[in-house]
Amino acid sequence: MHGVNHMTIPIRKFDTLVIGAGGGGLRAALQLAQADANVAVVSKVFPTRSHTVAAQGGMNAALANVLPDNWHWHMYDTVKGGDFLGDQDAIEYMCHAAPRLVVELEHIGVPFSRLDNGKIYQRPFGGQSQNFGGAQAARTCAAADRTGHAILHALYQQNIRAKTHFFDEYFAIDLIKDDEGYILGALVLEIETGEPLIIQAKTTLIATGGAGQLFRTNTNARINTGDGMAMALRAGIPVQDMEFFQFHPTGIAGKGMLISEAVRGEGGYLVNGNGERFMERYAPNAKDLASRDVVSRAVATEIHEGRGCGVNKDHILLKVDHLGSEVIRKRLPGIRDMVMTFLNIDPIDAPIPIFPTAHYTMGGIPTNRFGQVVVPQQQGAEEPVPGLYAVGECACVSVHGANRLGGNSLLDIVVFGRAAGNHIIEYLKENRYSRVASQCSIDAAVAHLARWDQRGSPMGSGASSETVDGLRNELKAIMDHYCGVFRTEDVLRAGLDKMLKIEQRLQNVYLRDHSKVFNTARIEAFELENLVELALATVASALARRESRGAHMRMDHPQRDDVKWLKHSLFFKGGMLDYKPVRMKPLTVEGFSPKPRVY
Amino acid sequence: MLDRPRLYWQCRRGMLELDILLQGFLDTKFDALAVAEQHAFVELLDYPDAILLEYMLGRMIPTDPRIANVVTQIRTPVES
Repeated sequence: MHGVNHMTIPIRKFDTLVIGAGGGGLRAALQLAQADANVAVVSKVFPTRSHTVAAQGGMNAALANVLPDNWHWHMYDTVKGGDFLGDQDAIEYMCHAAPRLVVELEHIGVPFSRLDNGKIYQRPFGGQSQNFGGAQAARTCAAADRTGHAILHALYQQNIRAKTHFFDEYFAIDLIKDDEGYILGALVLEIETGEPLIIQAKTTLIATGGAGQLFRTNTNARINTGDGMAMALRAGIPVQDMEFFQFHPTGIAGKGMLISEAVRGEGGYLVNGNGERFMERYAPNAKDLASRDVVSRAVATEIHEGRGCGVNKDHILLKVDHLGSEVIRKRLPGIRDMVMTFLNIDPIDAPIPIFPTAHYTMGGIPTNRFGQVVVPQQQGAEEPVPGLYAVGECACVSVHGANRLGGNSLLDIVVFGRAAGNHIIEYLKENRYSRVASQCSIDAAVAHLARWDQRGSPMGSGASSETVDGLRNELKAIMDHYCGVFRTEDVLRAGLDKMLKIEQRLQNVYLRDHSKVFNTARIEAFELENLVELALATVASALARRESRGAHMRMDHPQRDDVKWLKHSLFFKGGMLDYKPVRMKPLTVEGFSPKPRVY
Repeated sequence: MLDRPRLYWQCRRGMLELDILLQGFLDTKFDALAVAEQHAFVELLDYPDAILLEYMLGRMIPTDPRIANVVTQIRTPVES
C-alpha cells in the first residue's frame, strides 16, 4: 500500500487542458494549438482508439449536392427529431455552421466520398426532410463507412503538426479549482507508472464521450464509462437530461453489437418465445419495419411479460433463415460475418438472439453554444463555470434534445469542438495570468485518488467478497432491467432502490492488487465509481419525468406533456433534481413550436 | 517478457467488437500461443481500429502471414 502526499505530486502548467481525445476534444485542441495556445490533451487510451472511430454513418450538412437542401430544414428536422427538447439557439448554430465545417474537414484531409461531378456525396438518413417535413432529404456526408475513423485520424495528425502536447494513457481523477470557483485543470494518473500528476490550466475542456457502459447490452466501446460527466458531478455541477438514452431495437443479445435495420428491410422478422410474430400486434401495418422506438418497446414488452426466448426468456429471435442462403450471402454479407464471428451461428441456419441495445447518451454536462459549462444561479438564471468547457457526447448543449438524429453526432463534436476552442482563445486573452488552485480542492482530489489504496486489504480473512467486476455487472444488469426501454413508476422506483444499494456496496469493494505499474484494476475501480454516479442520475431523472418524449418512454405516461415537461432536468450529486426551461428562441429565425411528432 | 496488464489495456479499443474479441482472446487463448505468435499479437494491436475490424470480421486478410495466423486464431470462436 502506498499513500499519496500531494506535496510531492509534480505539476505541469498549460493554457488549456483537454480531457478526452475523441473528435470533440481534438477539434477544440486543434483550434487552440493553431492559435498558439499551449494545449495538453489527456486520454486514457491512445487517442486514435477513442470511440469516435466507431461512428460509421456520416455527418449531416445541408450542402444540397444530391437533393435540394437548406440549413433551416436541417434545423427543423433536428428540433422535431429531438421531440422539441433541444435548445433552438444551439441547433440553429450547429446546422448553419455544418456546411463550412465539412469543407474544413476536407481541407485537413478527410476523404469524403464523391459524386461523379466531383462534389461530396450525400446519403439519405432517417429523419431527414426537405421543406420542413416534406420529401426525404439526402444530407449525410460520409467517408465510405469509416467517417469517424477518417475524422479522428485527420484531427490527430493535425494536432501533432500543431504541437499539441499529448498525455497518452493518463486517467483523469478530479477537477481542481480555486477559492472563487475557477476550474484550473485536473489531477490525473499516469496508468503506466501509477504516479499522479497535477495538470494546472487556465481553462479545462471535458470531452470524454458517452456512458453506454451503464447498460449490459450496449453498442459502446468499453472505454465509454462517462468519466467526465461523473467528474463534473463531483465538482458540484449537475448533469442534464440523463433520462434520455437512445436504444437500438436489435443488438446481439448479451453482447450489444448492432444488427442493422437492413436485416428487417430484407424480410427478416422478430419472433417471441411462443414462436409468434408479435410485431403484428404492435404495428399492424409497418410490422417489423416500424420505427426504432416502437420496435424497441415491443421487444422489451414481450420479454417483460414473460414471452422471451431461451432458458431465461431474456431475449427475442430475429429470423432470417427463411430468406435462403443466396439472399443472405448476397444482400447481408456484413451481418452474416458479424453473427458468425460473435455468436458462432450462421444466420442461414439459425435465428439471431437480439435485445434492445443502448447506443447514445443524449444527456450530459450542461453547456451553452460556446461550450461553456453553465449552472443555475439564484432566480433561475444560469451562469458559466469560469474556465470550464465541455463538448460532444459528454455534454448536453442541447442539440439532440430527447432523441438524436443519425448523422448529427459527428457534426455536434466538430461544430462545438471548434466553438469551444474559439471561446477559450478569447477567454485566454482576458485571463493571462495563472490563478492559484485551492489547497482544499487539491486535497479532495488526492484523497479520492488515495481512497482505493487505503480500502481493504489484499489477504484480509474478514474482507468483503465484493469485487469491481461483480458490482459493475450487477449495475449494468439493473440498468438493463429497470431503466432500459420498458419504464414505469414501479420499475424505475425498484431500479432506484437497487442502485442506492449498489452505491452503498461500493464502499465494501476492495482491490486485491495495490501495485502501481499498469494497475488496470485500479482504473476500472475509478470507472465503476463514475458509472455508479451516472446510473443514479439516469434512474432518478427517468423516475421523475412522468411523460414520454423522444427516447424516454414511460408505459404509464405514454403521451408527451408540454405543459408540465417541456423543460430540461438537472440532477445534482446527492440526488437533488432541478429543472430549467428549453431555449425555444433561435438566433435569427422564428422558433419551432411543439407539435405532434409524426413521421 | 510481455507485460500482461499493458497488453490488457492495449486491447481496450474504440469499438465494442474489438474489445470483445481482443480482450477475450487475451483472457482465453493468448497464454497457449508460441512466443512468436504472442509477438505477432502484440504487433497486431498497433493496427488502426478500422483495419482491425475488417480483419476480425473476415472482410480483409492481412498480407503478413504471421499476423494473418493470429487473426485466424482470434476469429476461431471460443465455446462458451
